[in-house]
Amino acid sequence: MDPARLLPLAFALGLAPLLLGVVNRTKAIVAGRRGAPFTQPYRDIGKLLRKGAVYSGTTTWLFRAGPVGGLAATLAAVTLTPLGGAPATVSFPGDLVLFAGLLALARFLTVLAALDTGSAFEGMGASREVQFSALAEPALLVALAALARATGGLSLTDIAGGLGAAAWAESGPSLLLAALALGAVLLAENARIPVDDPNTHLELTMVHEVMVLDHGGPDLALVLYGSALKLWAFGALLVAAALPVRTGSALPDAAAGVGGLFASAVLVGVVESTMARLRLVRVPQFLVGAGALAALAFVLVGK
Amino acid sequence: MTLLLVALAILGASGVAALAAGRRPRLATALGAGGTALACGLGLFPAAAALAGGPPEHVRAAWDMPYGSLDLELDALSAFFLLPIFLLGGLAAVYGAGYLRPHAGRRNLGLSWLFYDALVGSLVLVVLARNGVLFLLAWEAMALSSFFLVTFEDHREEVREAGWTYLVATHLGTAFLLALFLLLGREAGSLDFRDFGAHGPPAHAGALFLLAVVGFGAKAGFLPLHVWLPEAHPAAPSHVSALLSGVMIKTGIYGLARTLTWLGPPPAWWGWLLVGVGLSSGILGVLFALAQHDLKRLLAYHSVENIGIITLGLGVGVLGLASGAPLVAALGFAGGLLHVLNHALFKGLLFLGAGAVLHATGTREMDRLGGLFRRMPRTGTSFLVGAAAISGLPPLNGFASEFLIFLGALTGALSLPLAGATTCLAALAGLALIGGLAAACFTKAFGAVFLGEPRTGETAGARDPGPAMGIPMAVLAAACIVVGLLAPAGAGAIGSAVAALVPGAHGLPEHVQTGCAALSAATAVGGVFLAAAAGVALLRRAVLRGRPVASSVTWDCGYARPTARMQYTSSSFAAPLVEMFRGLLRTRLRLEATAGRFPGRASLATETPDVCREGLFAPAFRGVARLLGSLRWLQQGSVHVYVLYIAATLVALLVWRLA
Amino acid sequence: MTSGADAVLAGVAVTNFWLLGASRLGHSIRVTAAQGILLGFLPLLAAGADGGALSLRVLALVAASVLLKGLLFPRLLFRGIREASIRREIEPYVGFTTSLVLGLVLLAVSLGIGTRLPLPHRPVSTLAVPIALFTMLSGLFLIVSRRKALTQVLGYLVLEDGIYAFGVLAVGEIPLLVEFGVLLDAFVAVFAMGIAIHRIHREFDHIDADRLKVLRG
Repeated sequence: MDPARLLPLAFALGLAPLLLGVVNRTKAIVAGRRGAPFTQPYRDIGKLLRKGAVYSGTTTWLFRAGPVGGLAATLAAVTLTPLGGAPATVSFPGDLVLFAGLLALARFLTVLAALDTGSAFEGMGASREVQFSALAEPALLVALAALARATGGLSLTDIAGGLGAAAWAESGPSLLLAALALGAVLLAENARIPVDDPNTHLELTMVHEVMVLDHGGPDLALVLYGSALKLWAFGALLVAAALPVRTGSALPDAAAGVGGLFASAVLVGVVESTMARLRLVRVPQFLVGAGALAALAFVLVGK
Repeated sequence: MTLLLVALAILGASGVAALAAGRRPRLATALGAGGTALACGLGLFPAAAALAGGPPEHVRAAWDMPYGSLDLELDALSAFFLLPIFLLGGLAAVYGAGYLRPHAGRRNLGLSWLFYDALVGSLVLVVLARNGVLFLLAWEAMALSSFFLVTFEDHREEVREAGWTYLVATHLGTAFLLALFLLLGREAGSLDFRDFGAHGPPAHAGALFLLAVVGFGAKAGFLPLHVWLPEAHPAAPSHVSALLSGVMIKTGIYGLARTLTWLGPPPAWWGWLLVGVGLSSGILGVLFALAQHDLKRLLAYHSVENIGIITLGLGVGVLGLASGAPLVAALGFAGGLLHVLNHALFKGLLFLGAGAVLHATGTREMDRLGGLFRRMPRTGTSFLVGAAAISGLPPLNGFASEFLIFLGALTGALSLPLAGATTCLAALAGLALIGGLAAACFTKAFGAVFLGEPRTGETAGARDPGPAMGIPMAVLAAACIVVGLLAPAGAGAIGSAVAALVPGAHGLPEHVQTGCAALSAATAVGGVFLAAAAGVALLRRAVLRGRPVASSVTWDCGYARPTARMQYTSSSFAAPLVEMFRGLLRTRLRLEATAGRFPGRASLATETPDVCREGLFAPAFRGVARLLGSLRWLQQGSVHVYVLYIAATLVALLVWRLA
Repeated sequence: MTSGADAVLAGVAVTNFWLLGASRLGHSIRVTAAQGILLGFLPLLAAGADGGALSLRVLALVAASVLLKGLLFPRLLFRGIREASIRREIEPYVGFTTSLVLGLVLLAVSLGIGTRLPLPHRPVSTLAVPIALFTMLSGLFLIVSRRKALTQVLGYLVLEDGIYAFGVLAVGEIPLLVEFGVLLDAFVAVFAMGIAIHRIHREFDHIDADRLKVLRG
């Protein structure tokens, strides 16, 4: 295998927590604070890894397996994710379906781990999570299908590779709409505003955070790292769609991709600072709207 | 083929022997279950051989029946459907031996085994028959034997009700099939399958296709013909439910697939119709499942959903054929067929698991259960595997077949002109939605039944069932994992089944190989997942070594006295989704709100009856009943009047023919 | 294939979806105005695509429709909601999420019809007819499915936008007179509705159109 194909994976594994740091720092700066250092997420994960653990007597091995399996599934999904124009570590026709499937697997395990505690709050979060993701998944796949129709590629790597300046000149409106839909799915799937507020302190309003309330110590570290990787994976897809820098060689493409990712992290931070959270009943509408945009993008790819 | 006939003979013999031993339940069970398991084990060999590329085998004998002939053939398509029949038939028989034990002495187990053997035998005959009369007879035998199995506990009112619904539905379907075969036979000059469409595609192929969709759809459970399914499957004993849901409804798919081989090249609208049927069955099936409180009823609705997924695959395949895109066709058909096998494995497993829960606790109400994972770890683990598989999660078998359909739809969305591409996109989006909703539904079911704390005392004495019930579940769970990881290795078998489904089209097996190559890459990444999981688990263990690991209560956000009744119930878990789709589901709510300063009791009950049953069939049947009621004056209840009717009819007929 | 016209049409389709999912009336008015302005510039792009020179007629058309739809109508409508002091479309007959899904169905239907419709000459863009139809259908849907008289006026405007897009892109030579006639119709509709809303509000304290039926004799 071409060693350059390990590049996106290496970047993801090393830099994913930094993405969260950038989002938080952006929010702090917009709010007029100095904010925590960029490396704060690494410190948090390190601190958690050095702790012990407390488990509820209600839980079974499934509760302990949740974070482990969730992180492993996200890791496997990251191997399929290209970084800008740089090809992913693994790619084959239809890998976008597996990408969605692996993230669904991670979610399935997280939800079961939450239900394993028997806590009403975690049940509530799990219930919301499965509701929103059932709507986010079609939007994601339709948006990817639109990009696939625009580029003629069947795998994420081929699609990303085909999304250069030429594709934008060819079907710009459609790519823009697909990128918007991807952005909406990114916000929903990664528990960001306007769907979920990662900083909220009221359990009743949480979606994702409330599901992992009972996890602590190393388990929580795995959860945090997994969600950073997931943000990275979605961000990489968004950057591949929205940033038409394709030099043809992996390193500069990957560098541009990383730059784009941090730019999108800043964007997420700005969105979180300027937008209010949607009421929970409006979230399905947000996601169906994203799906509608993606479908529109699909039919606009004139062929 | 000889081995198949031997298997059939053993099935018959063991059924009769079990009946004869009816007074001694233990012996009857041993004879019935043992014979069935033996026959099913034997039958697997010829089916596997035919799939491995053996030539089609043929047996033909004369028969006194007009237009009938004892014409049996084992080709790859039949063999593919035989696989789940024998696999699940045998395993469910073993399970049934344990499951029926509490009924020994109270019910005639010998009779039950006779019907079980008759059901398995007629299933085998249905997929082997190559003559219309023989096929319909086997079809009818299948319907009747399953009716008697469904009404095993006929002392219960709802079971009798379910049985009648089923009987009416299946015969309405058979009426359409009768018309289908008569029309096909009139054109071909015989009712032998090999003559159908032998001289070019039949005239009015579209009408014949519609007849087949309705007739076979009633058995398969296409929406809105599915209404019998959520009644009959929960009513039957669990091993029978598994067989009905896992295998019997697939004969509808088999019939539709077989009919496609006679009708010549399909026009595009067949594909659109099948995709539409698949989407509506799939999405509404899973939505109704989400709204259920009864575990087995939930599983029954999931059968409607999975039939929808299979039909989506067939629809994408037909669309590919119609638009001259063989790759799309091959992937759609391959995914649909593979899902037939996969659904048999995981749905069989889930019904057996639900049976074990029912066996141990005596209830199917999910909101009365909870916390069973610690009391029934083996059942729970295999149910978990089934739940993940049916949700289409990698690296299990449900993902493998859905992946092929996804890939077919994606290829179609990429390459076909806009109308076809949009249909494929709808299939793609629908499949994703179905997958998400199925995951929601099974996290709900598994969470409510197995996780958390027990909600009532009914789970107190629950424990894992004995080996007769445990081993079939373990085997099926293992099969879900093995098929998930090794499905690409079966590319040849799937390819030959697809080739048998589309006679005259070349190159489809090669395209199936292409799809399976992609699938093998996907399973390899599934391996990456497993390796990563092992690695992370080791890391976690290493990190935790020597650190304090304490046990405590669940942290309920500071609430000091949590009780088991405060847990999220299955209803509350599904409530947001049910609420979102309330326009479709029409859930009824009975709310007794709190009142006064010191509110006493309050209650909330929801019920989601089947919209199609309540809104479509019930009024229709009421109308028919009213219409026929107006003829009631004919029924005088007196023999003289009836004799008069007969005489008058005779005279009228004579006058009509002779005048 | 990207011409300016395609980009504009994509934008119009997005505004349709936006309107289907929007509950705040002020927001809906702004989106409708944006749609009007987008469509207002279409004749320029269509004329550019044909390679023809920009005639005074085209410029007048653009100026008139942008001024009317982009400035005047929104102003009138905003006055309407201010006087009636309503801000939201509450409980429409068809919910917002369902509206979005039905919007997708409408889009599919428009695609199905739009690609089959026989036309005197080839439209500027392959998307022109489907999107124009989609806009008309969305407008009709808004009229049918919403309660507030004001949202229904917006529906009329969207319907008119669809007719306009169809005229400019598909038929090409829509006579100026007809065009101004349509614009005038819409203008009168808005004006009349504005007055009606004002009066109804003064009399009855609400502007739900479905309650008007109790007025019949």
